[in-house]
Amino acid sequence: MGLVTYVSFDGEKTTVDVANGDSLMQGAIDNGIDGILGDCGGGCACATCHCMVDEAWYAKTGEPDDMEADMLDGVLDPKPTSRLSCQVFMSDELDGIVVHLPESQF
Amino acid sequence: MSETTVIIGAGQAGGDLASALRQLKYEGRIVLIGEEPALPYRRPPLSKAYLSGEMTEQQLYIKPAATYEKQNVEVKTGVRVESIDRSAKTVTLGNGETIGYTKLAFCTGGHARRLPLPGAEKPNVHYVRTIEDIEKLKAQFQPGKRLLIIGGGYIGLEAAAVGIKKELKVTLVEALPRLLARVTGPELSEYYYGVHTAKGVDIKLGAGVEALEGGDTVETVVLADGTRLEADVIIVGIGLIPNTELAEAAGLEVDNGILVDLQCRSTTDPDIFAAGDCANHDHGFLQRRIRLESVPNASEGARVIAATICGKDAEHNGAPWFWSDQYDLKLQMVGINQGYEEVVIRGSMEEHNFSAFYLANGVVIAADTVSRPKDFMMAKKLVAGRVKSDAATLSDESVELKSLLG
Repeated sequence: MGLVTYVSFDGEKTTVDVANGDSLMQGAIDNGIDGILGDCGGGCACATCHCMVDEAWYAKTGEPDDMEADMLDGVLDPKPTSRLSCQVFMSDELDGIVVHLPESQF
Repeated sequence: MSETTVIIGAGQAGGDLASALRQLKYEGRIVLIGEEPALPYRRPPLSKAYLSGEMTEQQLYIKPAATYEKQNVEVKTGVRVESIDRSAKTVTLGNGETIGYTKLAFCTGGHARRLPLPGAEKPNVHYVRTIEDIEKLKAQFQPGKRLLIIGGGYIGLEAAAVGIKKELKVTLVEALPRLLARVTGPELSEYYYGVHTAKGVDIKLGAGVEALEGGDTVETVVLADGTRLEADVIIVGIGLIPNTELAEAAGLEVDNGILVDLQCRSTTDPDIFAAGDCANHDHGFLQRRIRLESVPNASEGARVIAATICGKDAEHNGAPWFWSDQYDLKLQMVGINQGYEEVVIRGSMEEHNFSAFYLANGVVIAADTVSRPKDFMMAKKLVAGRVKSDAATLSDESVELKSLLG
């Protein structure tokens, strides 16, 4: 279990507990966080769970794999620290992580 | 008067609708009623990771029970809605409880089309729609068993891939002359035929099933041409029937799904909505009426209903998309290819890495991408933007699809 802070596009911060092993997408859905859709249920098939990892945390999340990187290439306004939150899994390392959410997932 | 939204059906659309209402700060009472015992869960893994045992029931749940509590959504599972009184604005449940509503949403989904043959009720004939279906199937889904799959659509092919992985002997029969006939072009059908055949699936096309023979279980499946196929386990994946009986009984207009408008509102009753597999809706992008069977369609419909109930403008108008995982291939599709005049292949089928673009009047109307997520993301934009292109451009890998967006 660790804390994740989701920051909406207009700056509203929500901090919640996410269990180790759960994806940040699941953490958002479980806590009713607006801004993450996750239409494919976490299968890296839809790119509607796009988030921008806070720069201070990006290195700890690791790089996206090829499949994820290719999906990210097509999201609205990708950033250097963009990830699909269904592919970032909670761990002790990530306790306290901050992620920023886009205004739209489409 | 205080507001209450009653949602009939606790599947993808129903669960998403409840959440979407709360995210839009809906303050009324929300009652989510499901016939199955489980909380809203993801059905796509039923024919994939749940069947193979890589996913648990808990992992199928879209959200844990605590989330519904926190969002103040009353979830009633394992109970049917028996009837609806539209003039009194109440629903009556199987346990006798009556609940009043100001808005009512049908998210009733569908059920697997049954094989209309004697013997189809025997315990080794299976369907793939619910957790319960898979629990029954899993017990018989053992290495070495002869698995016979009836139907070469997504369900049948995904189950075949899991069957091969779990070392069953897999035969698949399809009544039509090609696989995935309802959803893709002949090129993709032929490609997937090759993939499954190479993996060891014995596929028989144009093979209608005539009879099921055996004792306590079905032992032999007899095809129309007289071929007899022995089987230990049978999976039937021949389509879905929308659950509309309740809507019909309530006097709503139904024609292959509950008829709803662009806001997912019933054409009969403005306080009643429908989304997901059970809804036949006006579609803003396709500019016609359509009933779709997919998670993205269910989720979009749910969001449109929530917005409409909360007084915001929303229309069901996203370009439809679908995905299917078979072996290590990631099939992602966007648009409806109906009426296409030309298909263009980009990439290499031999290398299992390609996309098929469907053109009508020079416009990209649909695309099927195989293990090409980048193409898929761009194809979504090309299709949604009704972008014009041609075979020479689309097949040329030196041309970035992004550049076609202008």
